[in-house]
Amino acid sequence: MTPHPTNVTGTPAEALLKVRDLRITFGNSAEVISGVDLAVTPGETLAIVGESGSGKSVTSLAVMGLLGAKGVRIEGAAEFDGQRLNLAHPDSLTGLRGDRMAMIFQEPMTSLNPAFRIGDQIAEAVRCHRDVTEAEARARALDIMRKVGISAPERRMRQYPHELSGGMRQRVMIAMALVNEPALLIADEPTTALDVTIQAQILDLISQLQRDRGMAVVFITHDLGVVAQVAHRVAVMYAGRIAETGTVEQVFNDPQHPYTIGLLGSIPSLTGPRTRLATVPGSVPSPAEMPKGCRFSTRCPFAQPKCAEQPRLRELAAGHRAACHYAPLELSFGTAA
Amino acid sequence: MLNLFLRRIVGAIPTILLISVFVFALQKLLPGDPVLAMAGEERDPVALAAIREQLGLNDPLPVQYFNWLLAALQGDLGTSLRTGQPVTELILQKLPVTLQLGVMAILIALVIGIPAGILSAVRKGTLTDYTANLVALSGMSVPNFWLGILLIMLVSVRWQLLPASGYVPPSEDFVQSMRTMIMPAFVLGTGLAGALMRHTRSSMLGVLKQDYVRTARAKGVPERRVVLRHAFRNALTPIVTLTALLFGELIAGAVLTEQIFTIPGFGKLVVDAVFTRDYAVVQGVVMVTAVGFILMNLVADMLYILLNPRLRAA
Repeated sequence: MTPHPTNVTGTPAEALLKVRDLRITFGNSAEVISGVDLAVTPGETLAIVGESGSGKSVTSLAVMGLLGAKGVRIEGAAEFDGQRLNLAHPDSLTGLRGDRMAMIFQEPMTSLNPAFRIGDQIAEAVRCHRDVTEAEARARALDIMRKVGISAPERRMRQYPHELSGGMRQRVMIAMALVNEPALLIADEPTTALDVTIQAQILDLISQLQRDRGMAVVFITHDLGVVAQVAHRVAVMYAGRIAETGTVEQVFNDPQHPYTIGLLGSIPSLTGPRTRLATVPGSVPSPAEMPKGCRFSTRCPFAQPKCAEQPRLRELAAGHRAACHYAPLELSFGTAA
Repeated sequence: MLNLFLRRIVGAIPTILLISVFVFALQKLLPGDPVLAMAGEERDPVALAAIREQLGLNDPLPVQYFNWLLAALQGDLGTSLRTGQPVTELILQKLPVTLQLGVMAILIALVIGIPAGILSAVRKGTLTDYTANLVALSGMSVPNFWLGILLIMLVSVRWQLLPASGYVPPSEDFVQSMRTMIMPAFVLGTGLAGALMRHTRSSMLGVLKQDYVRTARAKGVPERRVVLRHAFRNALTPIVTLTALLFGELIAGAVLTEQIFTIPGFGKLVVDAVFTRDYAVVQGVVMVTAVGFILMNLVADMLYILLNPRLRAA
């Protein structure tokens, strides 16, 4: 499918989910997430991209109120559908979770409870939020299972997770997430653990359900190919900060942050000359050894003394922002990367 | 599933047979001649030979074994060398007493151990957790006999709340039966509660980290239900195993506890039989205990199958 760059100019007023200056600290270590801003509008897919340790999963878990309470400090303002969220107290989000906002995870093999039947697990999501009878909850479960393309749903209802394949389990997870018709779906690498053919099916399913329901989707992935396929807007995260954000076209065609450029250089291409794939040397620094100022400066080929200062996320074009002192690089260094 | 249960039951038969061989061999290998013990003052070789012949002790060992096994299968475990009473009758007399003690002790252990284990897992690293661990460790470290004597001194002698010894069957006077049994059951149960608490805690800690627990929270399931339903259900398997294994400890503990509280139970029967070299009784008791242990493990196996749907397909 092709990206739908609608809603990209959505003003913050119509955003369904707004997060401002999110900061997360584990125990006594340095900040894991440092001042992340996010906004998603209804019907829009925002992809959060980054390598392991960039904080993309932690960010989404914090928004859902699913970060374990012990030793975690969450600060920042969040608003969902005009309602303020108290991220520092995850229990206050129990009523929203699984109802207005839902989440699916990376590991379908381990994300379903092995001790309960599929139908009961989906029906439980209904009964946690809707005052309906068991029969009505099961009817809704059956209905959503059909909609997410689970074959022979009556039989599957009575089965246990171990009797289903990975792709089928991820469909069950999606059914469970969508049974209460949430306004926001957070998908944390939902296809990473699946075969490539199943991956495509699941991505299509999520996109189709989103269009049918006008749902906002936050799609967390490290796979830029997936981003191009499903997302309208992208936020590239590096070491707990947003490096660059914009529409898929802006970020893919005109990347302005050296990290984004490095990431895009690492995608193999079928067309064009065969060249050695570019890599970003090194790895994400751990919170303990995080450099001051620009966190990418230790791996950046363009690093300058000024990079010891923390760059702001600057607007370069409508909706296109990058956190680099020297963006756009063409103007700063004369040549493109 | 029924098929699976049947297969487990059939699978237990060879184990029981093997134990019966050991039990039989035990009797033959133990020092001391039961014939001499029976004959008392009589030392006439002719009379001794007659007793030997009468007991079938001159037959080849395999024949003796099969005769013994055949009789045992029909519920005849021989007669006590000391009192001449049938062993089966003795055991049937004493077993219900110890069963009552054991069931009450296990219940006390479960009621204390499991909630404490869940609580300390959920509140890991807090004062609640440390306190529960400390109490559990004390419960396991304090010897039964010491706690028993202490309780008798305090509760029975000083406060005169509960009887210090004796036994009343529940069918006769239920309240009095509970009054006599609660202290020994508590002594026996607290020792097991510590082990149960620590197993429950570690099992719950493992399960609470699982992805499906996060899924339950993501569905908006209230935390209480997440812990008690989604997590605990999956944490139960090792707890069931431990409870089945505790049965052995229970019998061992009953020996001591019954001595302290002078309860005429199975444990006391064992001790008396061993001291008087009443081999027929020892044999019967060991056999019944072993079969009981196997039965407990069989029940645990069946509970696994009920708890874990993945095992049902096998």
